Amino acid sequence: MDSGDPTRSFPLPSEIEAVPGAENWRSMYPYFTRFQPGDDQRFWFYNSMHFPEPMPAFDAITAEIPYTAIGANTTRLFVLPTTLGIEHRIVNGRVYITAIPVTDPAEIGRRAEIFSERAGYYYQNWDRLYAGLKDRIAGLISEIEAITVPELPEFEDVRVVMQSTGVAQNHYVRENFHKCLDLYSKMWHHHTEFLMLGYGAYVVFFEFCKNAFPEINEQTVARMVAGIDVIMYRPDDELKRLAKLAVSAGLAEEFPEGCDPEAVLAALPGRGEAGRAWLAAFDAVRDPWFHVSTGDGFYHHHRSWNENLAVPFAALTRYVRKVSAGESLDRPTATLLAERERIAAEYRALLATDEDRGAFDQMLGVCRLVFPYVEDHKFYCEHWFTTRFFQKIRAFGELLVRKEVLADPDDIFYLQHYEIDQALADLMLAWASGGPPLGAAHWRPVLAERKRMLEVLKTWSPPPALGPVPEALNDPAVQMLWGITQDTIESWYSQSAAGDKREVRGYGASSGIVEGTARVLRDVNEIGTIRDGEILVCPVTAPSWGPIFGKIKAAVSDIGGTMSHAAIVAREYGMPAVVGTGQATKRIKTGQRVRVDGDRGVVTILD
Amino acid sequence: MVPPRAQLARPLTALRGNDRPAVGGKAASLGELTAAGVPVPSGFAVTTAAYRQAVAALDPDGALGGQIERLDPADRAGIAAVTAWVREAILATPMPADVRDAITTGYQALAGEDGRGAPVAVRSSATIEDSESASFAGLGDTYLWVEGEDAVADHVRYCWASLYSVESVTYRRHQGVPERGLAMGVVVQLMVDPRCAGVMFTRSPVTGDTSVIVIEAGWGLGSALVSGDVTPDSYVVSKVTGEIAKRTVASKLRQHQRDAAGAGVRVAEVPAELRDVPCLADAEILALADLGRRVSEHYGAPQDIEWAITSRGAAAEAGADAALRIVLLQSRPETVWSHRPATPVAAPKPRAFDHVLERLRVPGTAR
Repeated sequence: MDSGDPTRSFPLPSEIEAVPGAENWRSMYPYFTRFQPGDDQRFWFYNSMHFPEPMPAFDAITAEIPYTAIGANTTRLFVLPTTLGIEHRIVNGRVYITAIPVTDPAEIGRRAEIFSERAGYYYQNWDRLYAGLKDRIAGLISEIEAITVPELPEFEDVRVVMQSTGVAQNHYVRENFHKCLDLYSKMWHHHTEFLMLGYGAYVVFFEFCKNAFPEINEQTVARMVAGIDVIMYRPDDELKRLAKLAVSAGLAEEFPEGCDPEAVLAALPGRGEAGRAWLAAFDAVRDPWFHVSTGDGFYHHHRSWNENLAVPFAALTRYVRKVSAGESLDRPTATLLAERERIAAEYRALLATDEDRGAFDQMLGVCRLVFPYVEDHKFYCEHWFTTRFFQKIRAFGELLVRKEVLADPDDIFYLQHYEIDQALADLMLAWASGGPPLGAAHWRPVLAERKRMLEVLKTWSPPPALGPVPEALNDPAVQMLWGITQDTIESWYSQSAAGDKREVRGYGASSGIVEGTARVLRDVNEIGTIRDGEILVCPVTAPSWGPIFGKIKAAVSDIGGTMSHAAIVAREYGMPAVVGTGQATKRIKTGQRVRVDGDRGVVTILD
Repeated sequence: MVPPRAQLARPLTALRGNDRPAVGGKAASLGELTAAGVPVPSGFAVTTAAYRQAVAALDPDGALGGQIERLDPADRAGIAAVTAWVREAILATPMPADVRDAITTGYQALAGEDGRGAPVAVRSSATIEDSESASFAGLGDTYLWVEGEDAVADHVRYCWASLYSVESVTYRRHQGVPERGLAMGVVVQLMVDPRCAGVMFTRSPVTGDTSVIVIEAGWGLGSALVSGDVTPDSYVVSKVTGEIAKRTVASKLRQHQRDAAGAGVRVAEVPAELRDVPCLADAEILALADLGRRVSEHYGAPQDIEWAITSRGAAAEAGADAALRIVLLQSRPETVWSHRPATPVAAPKPRAFDHVLERLRVPGTAR
C-alpha cells in the first residue's frame, strides 16, 4: 500500500494504550504478534470480519495458522504478481493485518510468469482439482474425528507389552495433540488452495460489470453468479425437512415455541413409532449437518448446533408452526434460477458491443465455474472440520481436568498452544515419574488473570485502522477477501475525523428501508437475547446465524462485503442489510431506534 | 396562396414524430407520445405554416437568413443588434386574422365555449429542437398559466420571437445550423398544477449507464429544476431488476408555483416540513421508471423526459394508481452519451481465465 499525505493518519500502533486492568494482555500471545517500531509507518486494519472479539490465547491459532497457509499460497505457491502474504499483529487482544505488496515492475513481471503457468493449470483443470480438494478435506475430517486422547491409566494396557509396541501412552499425549494442530494447518492449506483464484474470478467479473454499468449494485452482480443449491443452505433445509416430517407425523404439538430441546427429545420416544421415526431422522441429520458452527469457526466458543441445540430448535419450532399453518418453506429454486438467468441475459443485451458480450460470457463462465468452491468450502472447512478440531482440543482440556491441572475443560483455550505443549509435557512427566503434575499451581492464577483481562478488553472499541491513510489500496487479497477499498478507508477516516454523529455508513447489501430497535451482539453466545422484530447489529454476520434471520427486521455489520453468505440470506429473506460499516457496534447501542437504509447503505440513529 | 385553415393549428392527437417540419420538434414529439398511449396534457400546435404566414412580410426578399448566417457566434453585440430588430418586428406585426382564428378555435376547444378560465402553457416548438443531433434545450421560450384568447395569442407571438433570441441564434451559429427552412411552431396545452415535477433520463446522465433510469424531482413546477433554483431528489432505478438502487433526498428549499397575483410563475419557499421529505413515493418512482422504459423502447433510443405528478397529498399516500396521475411534458433524445462512440470495456481473450490472470498482474484500485 502506498503511503499518502503524512498528515492524514489513523492512530499509530505505538499510540494505542493498554486498557486499564488488562495491562498484561501481551502475555496471552506469542512475541511475533506484537507491533514493532517500524509498523507505525504502515497501514493496518482491524480484521473484525474474522476476529470480532478479543482473542483467547489458544484461539489466536485461528489467525496464526490461516495466515501461515494463505501467505504460503500467495507468496510461494501461486506466486501472485503484486502481493506477498499477510502480516498480523495483536494489540489489546485484537487482530490487525496488512498485506505486503510487490511494487517493483521487474519483480511483478518475474512473478507474473510463474503465476500464469500455475494459476492457469488450476483454472484449466478446475473441476477435477476441486473434486480432489473435497476428497482431501473429507480425509482430513475423518482423520481428526479418529484422533484419541490417551487415558493415562495407572497401568499401561497389557497389549503394549505383549505386542511389544514399546511406546507408552504418555508419548501419544503430545503426538496426538500435535496431530490436531497439524491437521488444522493442513486444512487451512487446502482451504487457501483455491481461495485467491476463486475470489479473483469474481472480482474480475464485478469490475467489468462496474465499468460497463457504473450504477450496478454489487448485490446485482452477485445475483448473476450465485448458485442456487448452495451447501451452506443445507443445514437450514434439513431443519425444514424435519419440521415437515414432524407435522406429517402428527407431532407438531411436541415443538412449542421456546421449548427445551432435551425435553422434546426425551418425550418423543413416548410417541410410539412416529416419535421414534422422527428421532431416527433427526439423528441422521445431525452428522454432518449439525456440525455447522453458530459462529464461523474462529473462536472456541463458536459451538456447533450439535452442542447448542437451542439454536437449530429456535428455527425448527418456527418452521413447525409455519408448516402447520399451511405455509410453504421451500425456496423457489426454479424461480430463483430463472431470475438469475434473466438478469444476466438482460445485462448482456444492454452491453454496447459484441466484444463486450464475448468478454461478459467468458467472465461469467469462469465465475460460475469457481463459485461452488467459494460458496461451499466454508461448510467443510470453517464449520465441519473446525467444529471437530475444537472438540478435540476440548478433549485434551478434559484430560487436564481429570489430572486436576485445570478446573474446566474450556480453560485450555486460555493457554497459547505453545503453553499447552508445556502443560502436556508436565502431565507426561508426572505420569512417568509417578509424582503429581505441577500445572495447577502454575496455570490457575494465569487463567484467572486472562479471563478477567478478556472481559476488560471486550469493552475496548478498536479503531478500524491504524497508521497512515494509504494513497492507493492496491492489494488484491485485501480487496477480494475483505472487500476493503479506498472508499472504505476514506469513510473510516472521515467517520473518525468528524462526520455526522447520527449516521453510520456502509454498503447496501440488501435493499429496503426499515426502522426498529437495535440489538448489538458482539458475541455469538448472546444470540439468544435477540427479540422478534429487532435490528441485528453485529461485528460480522455469520452465515450460520441463519435461524435468527426469521426473527430480525434488518441486519447491520461492521465488516463484510455483499458477497458474504449473510448478505445473500438477507436478500433471500427480503430484509434490508448494511454491511462493512466499520463501527456500527461501536456507535449503536442496544435499545436505540435506528433506520436501516439498505439501498444507500446508511444506518441512522434516531434516538 | 393562403394555406387551408386546418394547417394553421392541429390537435396534438393528430400529430406524429414525422410532423416536425409542420409543427416543430416539441409538438411532434408530444403527438407521438400521445399516440403511443403515454399520458400527455391535451393541447394543440400552432403550425410552422402559421408562423411563416405571420412573419412573411418581415423578410420579403429572404435576406435575413443569409445575414444571420454570416454572424460570428462570438460576436455577441452583433448578434444582439440584428436579433433585437427581428424580435421587435415579429411582436409589432399584426397577426393575420385566420391565424388568430385558428388559435382562438383551438383554445376554445381546450377551454370550453367561453374561452375563459382555462390556464394553458404556451411552449416554443422550433423545427430544429429535440432533434437527435442537438437538444436546443431551454432555448425557446415557455409561458405558464396563460389565460384567455388574447393572452394566448400574444404569447404565441412571444414564442415566435424567441426563435431570434440572442441565446438561440448564438447556439445555432455555434452548431452551424442553416437558417433556411427554420421555423417556429407553438404548443398550447392545458396547464397542469403539479404537486411535484422533474426530469427523467433513461440512461444515467452522469455515467452513461444504460441499465438504469435516473429520476430527479422537486416540489411544484419542473421549471425549478431546469432553472437550477433547487437541488432535486435523485432516484436511480435499475431497468433489469426494477429495484430502486439509489435514492438521494435533497434539502429542497425552493419551488416554482403559480403566481396567484397574476399570470406566470413565482419562486416560493418550500414549507420547512416538506424540505427534507422525499417528493416521490416508491410506487410513483416505479411507475415513472416504467413509463420511461416504455418511451425509450418506443423511440428505440435513450430519452430525456420532463414529467409532472398532479395528485395531491403527501407522496407517501400515493397508492398503486400513481401511474394515473403522471403526465409527461416532453421527451427528447438523449444527445450527450449517444454521440460518444461505443468503446468496448473488454474484449474476449484466448482463454476465459486469462481475464483473471491479467487482472492479478496489475495493482488495481477499481473495486
